[in-house]
Amino acid sequence: MSMPFYVSPEQSMRDKADYARKGIARGRSCVALKYAGGILMVAPNPSRALHKISEIYDRIAFAAVGRYNEYENLRKAGVTYADITGYQYDRVDVTARGIANWYAQALGTIFTESNKPFEVEIVVAEIGLRAADDQIYRITFDGSVSDEPGFVAFGGQAEQVSAALKERYREGLSLAEAFGAALAALAAPSNGEQRPDVVAAQLEVAVLDRARDHRTFRRIRAARLEELIGEVRAADQKAAEAAKAAEAAEAAEAAETPAEPEPADSEPSVGPDASGSDRGSGLEGGGDTPSSPL
Amino acid sequence: MGRQGSSFADFLASYSPDLLPGRMPAPGVPAGDGQVIRDLPHATTIVAASCERGVVLAGDRRATSGSMIAKRDVDKVFRSDEYSAIGYSGTGSMGMDFIRAFQVELEHYEKMEGRSLSLEGKANRLAWMVRSNLAAAMQGFIVVPLFVGYDEDADRGRIFSYDPLGGPYEEHRFFSIGSGSVFARGSLKKLFVDDMPVRDAVLACVQALYDAADDDSATGGPDLTRRIFPVIATVTADGFRRLSEAESEDYAEQVVQGRMSAPDGPQAPLRDAG
Repeated sequence: MSMPFYVSPEQSMRDKADYARKGIARGRSCVALKYAGGILMVAPNPSRALHKISEIYDRIAFAAVGRYNEYENLRKAGVTYADITGYQYDRVDVTARGIANWYAQALGTIFTESNKPFEVEIVVAEIGLRAADDQIYRITFDGSVSDEPGFVAFGGQAEQVSAALKERYREGLSLAEAFGAALAALAAPSNGEQRPDVVAAQLEVAVLDRARDHRTFRRIRAARLEELIGEVRAADQKAAEAAKAAEAAEAAEAAETPAEPEPADSEPSVGPDASGSDRGSGLEGGGDTPSSPL
Repeated sequence: MGRQGSSFADFLASYSPDLLPGRMPAPGVPAGDGQVIRDLPHATTIVAASCERGVVLAGDRRATSGSMIAKRDVDKVFRSDEYSAIGYSGTGSMGMDFIRAFQVELEHYEKMEGRSLSLEGKANRLAWMVRSNLAAAMQGFIVVPLFVGYDEDADRGRIFSYDPLGGPYEEHRFFSIGSGSVFARGSLKKLFVDDMPVRDAVLACVQALYDAADDDSATGGPDLTRRIFPVIATVTADGFRRLSEAESEDYAEQVVQGRMSAPDGPQAPLRDAG
């Protein structure tokens, strides 16, 4: 009689987690972030038909990375959960928290009970009536849930993307600014190499728009998407020009410094200036250039 | 997870059939006491008229329990999705459930499939839902909808009617349902012109509702003292739009003013112009 190999639970869980993590890291990252009018979601996705971002309910959206068949299943289950809750009670009784919990349960069970865990990571976002009530939940393959502050990057090289997003994110961004931040963050893993040119056809973009009533989810595509990309490019260019101007001013200042009595003073003022404009964070204008001479 | 199909009603039937509107009076319960059924609030007249690249749906605001007025300001005309509208007459409470189930049905399909149903698809689905209400209908709890929508391919509005067993029957030009429907349809017959502008079609519908209220005690006319006016919806290439209270009031005032001098309303020419 043969004995099955003994595998410790720790080992088995670790193997499953490694397996799922590897699968998720193979894909490309996706981001969700709050902006003044709601929540924006951006994912690199060449397909028009197979969505990574979708509507769940009136004020709730879903975004996922990983294996399409697995998250598509979860998306449909989420829609069904939302529709049945709203039908039984009222439309306002469908909440992202409830759906996130449901996903956590489902993914947790799959992770522990089946041999192959789901290679997916999910974000459920909901807009409230006021910006302060907006919520973004992230659910990972093992069923853990986190409540994200104002933005989240997930899938692929999530840490790098998240770090880049953190740099440019602040509360109350306009849609174009938020979109610019999302694009910059998504380009972060290519690190140093020049940023791949953004093409509308390679992007899936959607918003939960607080200004709309009833169903707030809208995809941004075709002409509107081109327009947004144009706005971001214009802002980037302006920031680059500002950076150049700052550099020129700096060079002029450096030429003048020998005559200056205290050269030590000029050093710290250059530091923050240069690093700020270099990142192109001066989206709403490189207003810091004229202030440089003392 | 992993279920097939994108119908919310089918899912409900397997998940919790009691939640389906048609199942409420359990099968096997003997036919209801006639009096009980008569005393339930009933929704009355709905009219629909096609117009230039669209369709208008309008309903009066009265619900009656037998010979009593149960409610003066009910809504019987609803948005079913972006490009369609639905109105109903019959048992009020059943109708409300029914409409809600239909709205979710359309939205559910749209979200699951990533596209909305064709207008015929919606109309056929509604027929199936009406039929699944048959057991209740046989016991006296009848709901009959009137469905209208904008057909993107044909670039025109279309009207679908139903009987308690289902349908759909496509209606051309105009239609009406409910207790005052006979009078409303007679009125529309004389007022309707093919491809009328939306504003004219709305006015014709309000005239027709006035005529229905004039002769049918269960249909409510414009209530000038309480400022209650018909619910009017238009469905065009721009989608569903419910007219605001002020707009609806404007049309109703126009009709009432006209009736001050001509109580029977506008007259159609007796002989053809040619």
